[in-house]
Amino acid sequence: MSETRIQAPDGVPFIDVERAFDAPRDLVFRAFTDPDLLVQWLGPARYEMVIDTYDVRAGGSWRYLHRDADGREYGFHGVFHGEPSPDGFVQTFEFEGAPGHVALDQLVLTEMGGRTTVHTHSVYQSIEARDAMIENGMAEGMNDGFGRLDTLLGRLVPVA
Amino acid sequence: MQPTNLDAVFGALADPTRRAILAHLTDGDRTVAQLAAPFTMSQPAISRHLKVLETAGLITRTRRATARLSHLEAAPLRDATEWLAGYQAWWDESHGRLEALLARLQADPMPPRSGGPTE
Repeated sequence: MSETRIQAPDGVPFIDVERAFDAPRDLVFRAFTDPDLLVQWLGPARYEMVIDTYDVRAGGSWRYLHRDADGREYGFHGVFHGEPSPDGFVQTFEFEGAPGHVALDQLVLTEMGGRTTVHTHSVYQSIEARDAMIENGMAEGMNDGFGRLDTLLGRLVPVA
Repeated sequence: MQPTNLDAVFGALADPTRRAILAHLTDGDRTVAQLAAPFTMSQPAISRHLKVLETAGLITRTRRATARLSHLEAAPLRDATEWLAGYQAWWDESHGRLEALLARLQADPMPPRSGGPTE
């Protein structure tokens, strides 16, 4: 089973996200760059995703927002750097709730044996900004923290 | 309280023996001998694992008479899971949806636009 691996190491302002998909690389690239496909998966289903601009080319800008059930909107925007290709792309990423805090995302797609691994390496301007992004930017699941601790402790039971 | 060193916590949790030791400690404090009992490992080997857990802040050790008791510290575990929980949940769900979308696209390379019932 695939699972998403997220690493936010101490001492460096990075977030690394990695996940393998059972699909060829060109198709995964399409799912990341075709706005009609992107809105179908980016973000949890309880948010409506609205794409304002998605100009996939060197220097092209992008902007989208996630709208929750109460109508609150969370906007994000940035610019593509270098020509996006199925090898991957580089973009800036700015949460509109924290203007001026810009992350640099490098997305690398590698295909092996019909499976494609997507690795995103994000560099924040400071460790504090990185931590704020993790703590507040997508804090929806934070209330589940204790439930997840129980789950983790459940998983700690030794396997015979 | 010391801030949690997440690298140390995740490093300590990466080992199955150390996870098993933590699971035993959820039932209460234990001596090295008690912790070593379920394993084929020597007590010194278990002691080395306890040292790693202690450095990560996941356990504390106290001396009672001649025995050294290990005690589970829940706070670093809570920090480690809570800190990434929201972010992890966001990407888990997104990637789960992407996986399903990619499966649909491969089953039917030119699917109709997936509009909702209101479209």
